[in-house]
Amino acid sequence: MKLTFPHMGNTYITAKTLLDDLDVDYIIPPFNNKKALEIGTKYAPELACLPLKINIGNYIQAYEKGADTVLITGGCGPCRFGYYCEMHRAILKDAGYEMDILTLEMPNQGVKELYRRVKKLAGGFNAYKIIKALKNTAQISKSVDELERLTFQVRPREIKKGSTDKIYKIFLNKALKTNGSEALKKLIKATEDELREVEVDRNFKPLKVGIVGEIYTTIDPFSNFNIQSKLGNMGIEVNRRVTISEWVIDHIIKNALHLPRDRSHIEAAKPYLGTMIGGHAQETIGNTILHAKEGYDGIVQVYPLTCMPEIVAESILPTIEKDFDIPILTLIIDEMTGEAGYVTRIEAFVDLLRKRKERTEHGRDWLLSGN
Amino acid sequence: MAKKVGIPRGLFYYQYYPLWKTFFEELGAEIVVSDFTNKQILDSGVKSCVDEACLPVKLFYGHVLNLKDKVDYLFIPRFTSISKGEYICPKFGGLPDMIRHSLKELPEIIDTEVNLRKSKKNAFKAAVDVGNYFSSDRHVIKSAYQKALNSYREFRSNVRKGVLPGDILSKRRGVLNKSSDETVNIAIIGHVYNLYDNYMNMDMIYKLRSMGVNITTIEMLDGKVIDEKNQMLPKKMFWNFGRKAVGGAFHIMEREDIDGIIYLMSFGCGVDSFVCDLIERKVRNTKDIPFTVLTIDEHSGEAGMNTRLEAFIDMIRWRNRNEADVPAYG
Repeated sequence: MKLTFPHMGNTYITAKTLLDDLDVDYIIPPFNNKKALEIGTKYAPELACLPLKINIGNYIQAYEKGADTVLITGGCGPCRFGYYCEMHRAILKDAGYEMDILTLEMPNQGVKELYRRVKKLAGGFNAYKIIKALKNTAQISKSVDELERLTFQVRPREIKKGSTDKIYKIFLNKALKTNGSEALKKLIKATEDELREVEVDRNFKPLKVGIVGEIYTTIDPFSNFNIQSKLGNMGIEVNRRVTISEWVIDHIIKNALHLPRDRSHIEAAKPYLGTMIGGHAQETIGNTILHAKEGYDGIVQVYPLTCMPEIVAESILPTIEKDFDIPILTLIIDEMTGEAGYVTRIEAFVDLLRKRKERTEHGRDWLLSGN
Repeated sequence: MAKKVGIPRGLFYYQYYPLWKTFFEELGAEIVVSDFTNKQILDSGVKSCVDEACLPVKLFYGHVLNLKDKVDYLFIPRFTSISKGEYICPKFGGLPDMIRHSLKELPEIIDTEVNLRKSKKNAFKAAVDVGNYFSSDRHVIKSAYQKALNSYREFRSNVRKGVLPGDILSKRRGVLNKSSDETVNIAIIGHVYNLYDNYMNMDMIYKLRSMGVNITTIEMLDGKVIDEKNQMLPKKMFWNFGRKAVGGAFHIMEREDIDGIIYLMSFGCGVDSFVCDLIERKVRNTKDIPFTVLTIDEHSGEAGMNTRLEAFIDMIRWRNRNEADVPAYG
């Protein structure tokens, strides 16, 4: 069995830790690329959401390198992601790629089936080994996200433009070749030190923008045209509350063990969106409000075309925009999105935020030009 | 004076109207249903809704706008789940919030949550919540609910006998044109709100009938058959519509009396994108039965729709007539 798994930003580091520590043989597909998206668009249903298409591309590119089994998490709706595993199975089969799909979820058939799947994955059921691997995975996942968050803070303040991007890119490539949680921890620490040494302008006060929306497109730089780095290089500090570690720890581990979860975004969203409707709609609404309360200058919502929960969120956001007086830009992505138009919109949004800031800071009266 | 409750003629109206009607009337409320879908309703809906939403949701906006100045209450329940262990499209769960934050100057919205995911008993709980707007007497509500259930059951049994829900709701008689060729049996799969809104699907059902086509939809099938066929899926479908559509399609495929399958989907429908694809793969891989997908959105042209329907039916007739012929080439 040679495992593979879909890409989603830096999630491969988390997945790799788990598989390394469980001594599973695996292949990481090439980083998300145009070719992968092309392959996915060819085989996937036209109106499926973007992540499904990129996933299919990942699998086929990994298959060509020798992978035969796909590892993915599941769910029970109402967002489409819960049925990804079965769509993947059907699409790969019809396209002529003999691949097995291993879904990590609570199956309809009950605990016994889950046990069978974990056993297949880990090559036995050594509880100590599995728990230890899970613990390491959660730790790595958390520190990778912290590292990414650090780049968000350093990037707008750096004096030599591009230094953060360079360090982070080297880290992503090195992580690909680093095996085992211990070595990865060292690499993360070294990168963190390197980032902290980047020369920054300490007096610079950047504008702050929160990124909200569907989890895949907000986290994965290929699908969102690296929006975090783009904004950062324009001198804007970004933040994104939805992260992989939060998803793994809060959604999967704490939910399974019935531990109390962070509910601040649910509470914040309540007056606008009363119930859980799947996907990350509640997070989008709640985090927008939390960011607004923390004094952020603007919000960017990103989601793939036809994403059901985010359409609901998008319909509600105009009220929040007004209630909290915070500009919100919605960017929708599919395989046809062109980078130039996308960048123009981001730049225009940033210009708007700058002007707004000037106005509030200087308290100047505004005159129409030509008066 | 009786309070006026507005029911937008969209989405689950096509599935639950008999239930809602009896329930509100038993409680002494007056029901106002929005007009049949027309160009003005469609245009106003498209204008006020976010662009990315699907056509049925945009139309629903139009129906709400059509009603808002005529009623005291708008009935837009929050449907999270309508069956145990299953969900429906997330947009239904957020619908009252979407409406409230996109449209202005609305009357009070009755947005009781209907969530049967954990237990079927929650249906009665939702009924009590809605009933409290009109009566404080629990017994009155309970009896209204019972009567409503009865008329819903009557509606369902009529549908199962082969009457299309659209015909019952619009009080139209389903007449089949018998003059021309032999009758063709077609199964149409799609959401109720796409199939029975005649404006939205450009009178597809009427057009097919005038071509001498007898129509079967998944609402007419027995629930047990659908559940049985669903076992063929490796993972249970978690959408109520998805389960019914997949089970229904698998059943229809095996029936000898169905000549072809049409899948009617609306552009941008998340559920359809997966369900339709799964059904299409299954049909194409296992069975030699004509299958076509028709996608509608607010830009659909009627001529294109007509051409496709005519070609599909012609092809089936031609196929039935020449079944025994072996082509000389190819």
